[in-house]
Amino acid sequence: MSNDILRFATAGSVDDGKSTLIGRLLFDSKSIFEDQLDAVERTSVARGEEQTNLALLTDGLRAEREQGITIDVAYRYFATPNRTFIIADTPGHIQYTRNMVTGASTSDLAIILVDARKGLQEQSRRHAFLTTLLQVPHLVLAINKMDLVDYSQERFDEIKAEFTDFASKLDTRDLTFVPISALHGDNVVSRSENMPWYTGPSLLHHLENVHIASDRNLIDARFPVQYVIRPHKSADPELHDYRGYAGQLAGGVLKPGDEVTHLPSGLNTRIARIVTADGDVAEAYSPMSVTLLLEDDIDISRGDMICRPHNAPEVTQDLEAMVCWMTDARKLTPRSKLLLKHTTRSAKVMVRDLRYRLDVNTLHRDERAEHLELNEIGRVRLRSTQPLFVDEYTKNRQTGGFILIDESTNATVGAGMVVRTD
Amino acid sequence: MGQASQQAPGRYQLSQLDVLEAEAIFIMREVAAEFERPVLLFSGGKDSLVMLRLAEKAFWPGAIPFPVMHVDTGHNFPEVIEFRDRRVAEAGVRLVVASVQEQIDAGKVTEPTGRWASRNRLQTGALLEAIEEHGFDAAFGGARRDEEKARAKERVFSFRDEFGQWDPKNQRPELWSVFNTRIDRGEHIRVFPISNWTELDVWDYIRRERLELPSIYFSHEREVFERDGILLANSPIINRDETEVPFTETVRYRTVGDLTCTGAVKSTAVEIDDIITEIAATRVTERGQTRADDRASEAAMEDRKREGYF
Repeated sequence: MSNDILRFATAGSVDDGKSTLIGRLLFDSKSIFEDQLDAVERTSVARGEEQTNLALLTDGLRAEREQGITIDVAYRYFATPNRTFIIADTPGHIQYTRNMVTGASTSDLAIILVDARKGLQEQSRRHAFLTTLLQVPHLVLAINKMDLVDYSQERFDEIKAEFTDFASKLDTRDLTFVPISALHGDNVVSRSENMPWYTGPSLLHHLENVHIASDRNLIDARFPVQYVIRPHKSADPELHDYRGYAGQLAGGVLKPGDEVTHLPSGLNTRIARIVTADGDVAEAYSPMSVTLLLEDDIDISRGDMICRPHNAPEVTQDLEAMVCWMTDARKLTPRSKLLLKHTTRSAKVMVRDLRYRLDVNTLHRDERAEHLELNEIGRVRLRSTQPLFVDEYTKNRQTGGFILIDESTNATVGAGMVVRTD
Repeated sequence: MGQASQQAPGRYQLSQLDVLEAEAIFIMREVAAEFERPVLLFSGGKDSLVMLRLAEKAFWPGAIPFPVMHVDTGHNFPEVIEFRDRRVAEAGVRLVVASVQEQIDAGKVTEPTGRWASRNRLQTGALLEAIEEHGFDAAFGGARRDEEKARAKERVFSFRDEFGQWDPKNQRPELWSVFNTRIDRGEHIRVFPISNWTELDVWDYIRRERLELPSIYFSHEREVFERDGILLANSPIINRDETEVPFTETVRYRTVGDLTCTGAVKSTAVEIDDIITEIAATRVTERGQTRADDRASEAAMEDRKREGYF
């Protein structure tokens, strides 16, 4: 198996044909099993629906099936001979912004569905904004229901132009437009004969071939120390002084012999060995989970960072970040005290101020806003009780992203993306 | 990493199994670092064997820093129990057995009766009691999101309240690889490191790592009978009626669970490669084909999970 994995998020509401599209991708890649289809057909008939409702495949919770809506992120899996896919199927409505943010946080690509008849909607703009805020590297605008606009090139071009204009305000790195009909399968798996004017790839072809290997940061070496391995086996003298620093690379490439810096101490040493259970490796890169042995005995523990001497993250107690607020139990206000978890390090933080609240539909900045409520996004300044080792989120999603926890309820109440440090 | 990385397409690119393995190892280390008393749920089935292998790798050359626990309905395949004990001894980990039989003997639960009698649901009580008794604050499970639609919605770190209950509508958002591990006393977290694996990934990994499996996963002759489209083993612990006539069939097990509700599939697959060919071609999910317990209702799994099931 030499497959790689593409993680992608789908955004759009049921009306846009999102479930139909996912159903078709799964069905045409033979990833829907007979018993699953039987169950969906039985339920569709029992509810008196005319067609088999493929949304029932992804709406796994009782409440979702009862209400006919998607509440939560569902993960679906399918594979083609070229690639394995993990779909984060996220609900489209504004009250589920936090779910979309969650699904996008780990995605390599996002598909935003637009109904060709309706054109760009408020929610299409919101989805595009959230996708770029979360730095999803590849964006696909799938203009669906082309069959209902007579497969019109003019209509496609119109929507494309409008979106391109809007996207110029966003930080989009790779944008692709595909005209499709999820219901009839046009341009989903294979190129459609109904749209000879479209010369690009089918949606699946694009998903199979989009280049994601260079999306990882292979320049800035970042190794958050996760766990210290100290085997106490008195019988084995080799293990007597063994002290391994286990973790998953969050960026860059490390090799034995490399000079590295430990944070927070700032001390330099060299990598002696890079260990895995399958033997030592000659180099380690993201997302490998490895164990580093260092040449010098430095006091290192979980939450520390290992990087290169002339390429270190910011060591700071002051952060400025875009925060998505994820709870209705309390609001984010200046002076709120929260627990922040960033890579393998946790620290108490206080909200210094809210610079502005962003209207996720219009991108208007409200600088008079005094708090953030559930699903609202704003630019926030935070002060931490101890130093954090951070990069700007646009440079590294792992070392630039963090979560906020309410210490009284232990709930995850916010997600943050570092904008700058000072 | 294993053999697959040598076949990986380009420099600095990992194969899908390597990516999944690295993710699972990260999750296991995160739990070992942030919880005081984790435990790994271990049945001797293929998914838990993959989990045990991942745990060995995550802490190598150190020992696995937590015990394993088997929730034992008493209705086991003898081959699996024999295998379980051997594998646990080899790994050098402590085995905790949470016994449903002991719960029945102590009068804490009542043995179900009738044609559909199964101790499957009683596992929840034994599991929760053992978690409480041993003070476990995190329990690793080998559940995968591709198995079942309620599981597709569950977090990797899945919070359980003091009654062991799962609240699907009130789950903690899970972003990047930053996991919220905070709980209060009496609560615990179920952790699913192989959430993103598919059944085929598990078999590919078993092949790559040359993992040994209980013999019932491979084709053998067995006396079975058919009920509701599922081939159940003919055993004195299953109440069979006179229309359910036992016969000998060449079968193997696709999943391993409680004997009374785990079905066999007709198969001549004797090697891992045969099984992988079979799985790649199958048109039926593993739970749909072999688990009678999921057929109770459309939301059978969700309902059991809410109560604290795996």
